[in-house]
Amino acid sequence: MQEKVTLVVFSGEMDKALAAFNIAIGAVSMGMEVTMFFTFWGLNIIKRNEGSIKSRGIMRKMLNFMNRGGSKRLPLSKFHMFGLGKWMMGKLMRDAKFPSVDELIATAREAGVKFIACTNSMGIMGISKEAFIPEVDSFAGVATYLAEAKEGKVNLFI
Amino acid sequence: MKADATLDCIGLYCPMPIAHTANKLKELEVGQVLEILADDEGIKEDMPAWCRATGNELLGIEEEAGGYKVYIKKSK
Repeated sequence: MQEKVTLVVFSGEMDKALAAFNIAIGAVSMGMEVTMFFTFWGLNIIKRNEGSIKSRGIMRKMLNFMNRGGSKRLPLSKFHMFGLGKWMMGKLMRDAKFPSVDELIATAREAGVKFIACTNSMGIMGISKEAFIPEVDSFAGVATYLAEAKEGKVNLFI
Repeated sequence: MKADATLDCIGLYCPMPIAHTANKLKELEVGQVLEILADDEGIKEDMPAWCRATGNELLGIEEEAGGYKVYIKKSK
């Protein structure tokens, strides 16, 4: 049986997303089966970049306005500096020919990494399935994660 | 060393060289040799680790000015 790797992606920052996708792509390249569970702020990574995110209620509307998300909008966890730090990091990455989060998502998908969005966080924040990129394989909860993780050799929380 | 195919990973950082290597090796037949050109120093540790994990044979790593040449024999 193929060895399994699971990643819980809780954080919604660009640098942490890079780390998560690096491990995921490395693991599939080593012949492992990889599942990424996106939860809470991590859902921002797999939100689509276009259009607005619709939700009901004033608090959720405010949350989804301030917490828009999308792979192109992720801040840095350190030295974000209202976007200046992120711009500089983006430039360094392009100069070093390092792929963007978008490109890493595509590479991970092509290699067979599974994407799961956490329905609990979606419910709390009022985010519907339409808010996400089509690459998301399924919408599920903690039991799905644990069923995979208990067979996993490497289980990380990022 | 003689190779059946060459993969250019110059300028690419981890995890791209191993991701490309894994893809490229799929195109080769068992017993054929892939040459990988890379300049990320991590490759010296990563390629042996990748070979151990995937069951392919590392024939050698040649270090030269400007980078490394890695030779992998597809073993399964």
